[in-house]
Amino acid sequence: MIAPSLATRDLTVRFGGHVAVNAVSCSFQPGTLTCIVGPNGAGKTTYFNLISGQITPSGGTILLNGNDITRMAVSQRALRGLGRAFQLTSLFPRLSVIENVRLVMQSRQGFGLSLLSTWTSHRQAIEDADACLVRVALTKRRDTLAAELSHGDQRKLEVAMLLALDPDIFMFDEPTAGMSVDEVPVILDLLQGIKKDTAKTILLVEHKMDVVRSLADRIVVLHNGTLLADGKPADVMDLPIVHEAYLGSLPPVQGTAHV
Amino acid sequence: MSILSGDSPRSRLLAAAIILLVLGLAIAPFAFSSARTMNTAAKILVFIVLVASYDLILGFAGIISFAHTMFFGIGAYGVAIAMSRMEPGWIALATGSVAALAVSAVLATIIGLFSLRVRTVFFAMITLAVATAFTTAASQLSDWTGGEDGISFKMPAIFQPSFRLFEQPVLGLNVNGRVLSYYFIFVCTIALFLLMLRIVNSPFGRVLQAIRENSFRAEAVGYRTIVYRTLANVLAAMFAACAGILMAIWLRYNGPDTTLSLEIMIDILLMTVIGGMGTLYGAIVGATLFMVAQTYLQDVMALVSGATGHIPLLSNIVHPDRWLLWLGVLFILSVYYFPQGIVGSLRDRAKR
Repeated sequence: MIAPSLATRDLTVRFGGHVAVNAVSCSFQPGTLTCIVGPNGAGKTTYFNLISGQITPSGGTILLNGNDITRMAVSQRALRGLGRAFQLTSLFPRLSVIENVRLVMQSRQGFGLSLLSTWTSHRQAIEDADACLVRVALTKRRDTLAAELSHGDQRKLEVAMLLALDPDIFMFDEPTAGMSVDEVPVILDLLQGIKKDTAKTILLVEHKMDVVRSLADRIVVLHNGTLLADGKPADVMDLPIVHEAYLGSLPPVQGTAHV
Repeated sequence: MSILSGDSPRSRLLAAAIILLVLGLAIAPFAFSSARTMNTAAKILVFIVLVASYDLILGFAGIISFAHTMFFGIGAYGVAIAMSRMEPGWIALATGSVAALAVSAVLATIIGLFSLRVRTVFFAMITLAVATAFTTAASQLSDWTGGEDGISFKMPAIFQPSFRLFEQPVLGLNVNGRVLSYYFIFVCTIALFLLMLRIVNSPFGRVLQAIRENSFRAEAVGYRTIVYRTLANVLAAMFAACAGILMAIWLRYNGPDTTLSLEIMIDILLMTVIGGMGTLYGAIVGATLFMVAQTYLQDVMALVSGATGHIPLLSNIVHPDRWLLWLGVLFILSVYYFPQGIVGSLRDRAKR
């Protein structure tokens, strides 16, 4: 058994009387892509927010490579190898595409506080950032302002920024949401590529069941903030409770699950 | 290009205007003999530094501060107090300047760490409160600051009006201590401006822009935004103090109305917005236009008013006493027609 790179123990958060995430204990191993599924409002994104630090938990602990990071600042978690792409695209709108990625590269390479060098003199960071754009097929849009990109391209940039951080833990929150059909394969290939690196742990929140089937090594089902099921895709998909709680409640548009 | 840190004006018209302005300021003592013109030129230089330093936090970091004149004042008071209490020489000037920079840095760090965590509007309120308290303190501690009257002091010999560098006039100009202080300020302004241009185009400067654009994401990719914001605040405060030091050197006087008043704070804000936020070059354009308008609008109006003396209502409206009204109208129009400031609009036009 490989030691978990990331684990939550009884992780809980309450908003007033509402328990959004309820005592979720779960471990994630490197070399594994875990899909987190569940109906809308199941607490998937909240669970992500707790792990990456945007929300402070009401109880429980989060361990990164065995170290307690429950109270650690968001920026510190990022530098310790916890990387996150957001469901609602979160970019630096009035900066160019390459600048968005280069800023992340600069954070990882640790020269953000350099005051007296010009940013253009850090050529390596720019080259590395360009390489990330190649991986998401966004090189053509290199010098466009992030705000002026199409929705699909913004999603790609979101992913490119995560690649630039090169974290140990990749957290993707519906990376293909709102993308056109022909754009999706780029992201799926990319996920497959990251999967090949056995040192990386991937967490993926996803609604599209065909994506889940093709990528997941393991599926975790959340429902009403509680961990409902956890196991190999084939086993989890067949559980009646999952059918009832998750698949049954899917809106017809996302009915790809039945294909 | 490396002297401009790779950030050129990016508009031919703007480049031409800036070259003309800098040349004009460089030859001002030779071209215009009147003391009033030289005074305006020197103030333009000081305000270029002050407005650029304000753009550093307002335009680049997206922080609204009302304490900028406080740091301007600390710079000027540092020199004034040192020069009036010590032997008025270079040592006093250096001591006053270094002390002013240190006080500015410490104060800006404290304000930043205590209040930059909170929302922008709260930070603005806190800086307003601190600045008001500081102004009151400056006028109350009259043993040190001269109270409302301020302090007049002497400069080192070569900056005194009676000093002559050459026996004979050069190109028709007596190169006296005033001219030398002017050129000292000119050189300092150029150096400080280029330094700020470097800072905004450094990796640090880009992080500030990223934080302004989306502080949530900046934090998520590993930047401790509070550290960057506080450092930006400290740098801007120290540059503002530098402007204050230059102001004191030029005026050989400092009081609450010359550096601390809220009116100056509003002027800085207007100059930054009119010039173009987040461009730094806007400081040059904004400060020059504002200072020239402030100095010469009354003259122009007196002329117009005299010429229209026979038309009853019109001559009243353009009476020199109404100059503030017209200044206000000019600013409303410029903000309305150039929402991105003059530099922003020129760059947009050049892009098309």
